[in-house]
Amino acid sequence: MARRTPPIEMEGDHQGPVGRFVLAPLGAAVLSLLSYLGRLGLFLLQAVGLIVVPPLKVQRVLRQVQFIGTRSLLVIALTGLFTGMVLGLQGYYTLTRFGSEAYLGPAVAISLITELRPVLTALMVTGRAGSAIAAEIGIMRITEQIDALEVMALNPIRYLVVPNVVAGIIALPLLGALFAVIGIYGGYLIGVQLLGVSSGTYFGSMTDFVAMTDIRNGLYKSLSFGLLITFLCCFKGYHTGYGAEGVSKATTEAVVWSSVAILVLDYFLNSVLL
Amino acid sequence: MSEMPIMEVRDLCKRFGRQVVFNGLSLDIRHGEILAVVGRSGTGKSVFLKHLIGLIRPDSGQVLVDGQNIHEGGSRGLARVRERFGMLFQGGALFDSLTVEDNLAFPLREKTRMSAAQISTAVAEMLKGVGLEGVEGKFPDQLSGGMRKRVALARALVLHPEIVLFDEPTTGLDPILVRSIHQLIADTQRRFNYTAVVVSHEIPQIFDIATRVAMLHNGVILEVDTAARFQCSNNLAIQQFIAGRLEGPLTPT
Repeated sequence: MARRTPPIEMEGDHQGPVGRFVLAPLGAAVLSLLSYLGRLGLFLLQAVGLIVVPPLKVQRVLRQVQFIGTRSLLVIALTGLFTGMVLGLQGYYTLTRFGSEAYLGPAVAISLITELRPVLTALMVTGRAGSAIAAEIGIMRITEQIDALEVMALNPIRYLVVPNVVAGIIALPLLGALFAVIGIYGGYLIGVQLLGVSSGTYFGSMTDFVAMTDIRNGLYKSLSFGLLITFLCCFKGYHTGYGAEGVSKATTEAVVWSSVAILVLDYFLNSVLL
Repeated sequence: MSEMPIMEVRDLCKRFGRQVVFNGLSLDIRHGEILAVVGRSGTGKSVFLKHLIGLIRPDSGQVLVDGQNIHEGGSRGLARVRERFGMLFQGGALFDSLTVEDNLAFPLREKTRMSAAQISTAVAEMLKGVGLEGVEGKFPDQLSGGMRKRVALARALVLHPEIVLFDEPTTGLDPILVRSIHQLIADTQRRFNYTAVVVSHEIPQIFDIATRVAMLHNGVILEVDTAARFQCSNNLAIQQFIAGRLEGPLTPT
């Protein structure tokens, strides 16, 4: 297969036991980690670089927006609704203890807009679309369709990766906005309709307390996650192992890695943005 | 056909981990010939083809097209060289999310400035040329193995390449289909006048269409000669290989 680095060989025979059993494996592990990170970085550079170097495959981008975005609508609406309802319920009982259930609206809205909107949307999209992206590209790799593109002197990254990355960057913030709106109405259903907070208080205090920066920070996160998950899932599929097992492993890793990476990046973004 | 090489492989060395695949392999590929590359399974015939088109980089040694090292001009140079190639992959490597028509139209849309009408005429003509009609709207998975090979061949030829690489074009087909695909290769080669490198296990059928035959063994070309002379080779390994005998210098593994 193309561009696969050979495994690093160890020549540890002339070393002592410490060298052979500790240092050499450790060094090999560090080297292979570094080369892996290098490949990851180069892949990201290419994927992002080719967004701005024309031609952009607009049709493929639209198709992927439809796949990542439109077809995630139902799952995002459902998770948004129930997350909002849980927040309404939990928030009400917690706030009642402090006698401040009037702040239910902003409490629900702020947690949704800054945190749950980008994170949960990204996690749901990873599960629904990210796995499919990794599997599709992985199958194209093992059936030599990626080689076929290269043989035609076409850059596979431009055709397979860039459209997904662009679509992710477009779709995630939109899905996130939908998630937040539905979530706020979910909180309204529980807080106002069921538990008796007044509708005016719920929405009125929301406009007082939710700042533009909250909305903006959530948006930045959505944009970053859109890039992160599509890129990671494409990378995993692109560098899949051999056969059906290789693709299934790549798909699993794509989902696990993306999910973990979302939470890790979320922490770092929070520490920078807040 | 002329004696002039269109491609030269010089001292090719490649190893994957500890496994040595090529160990100083050299071979000339001449203008307009059909060169068959034979050898036992696992000797690196497909890897050899992938070296010819730059999908794999050699550890050392050179692959020259018209005297130019294909890796010399970076990725752009390589892309330019690849435009002279067509390749038929072992499994066809048709884009399974596209119809037959879109598969053939894809290189035309991406690489030429032809109008939609011209493209659809060219696609229909090319399909007719490989003996297929009325399959334009089908997906690759809906075709039989033989039909898929034909579509893949049509796609490999659609840009009229100068050099076409065939990676086991007849694996998994019945003997009649094997002959018909071979015939198709010979016909299209005459019609479009390309140079063909065919990796094949079809002994002895491949000798009918090959101009020359090269045997790959132990990381080098054991012998390369015209099909007729190759079959009468004195080399015991080649005799054993052609006859498919268990006894001889080649040990079955």
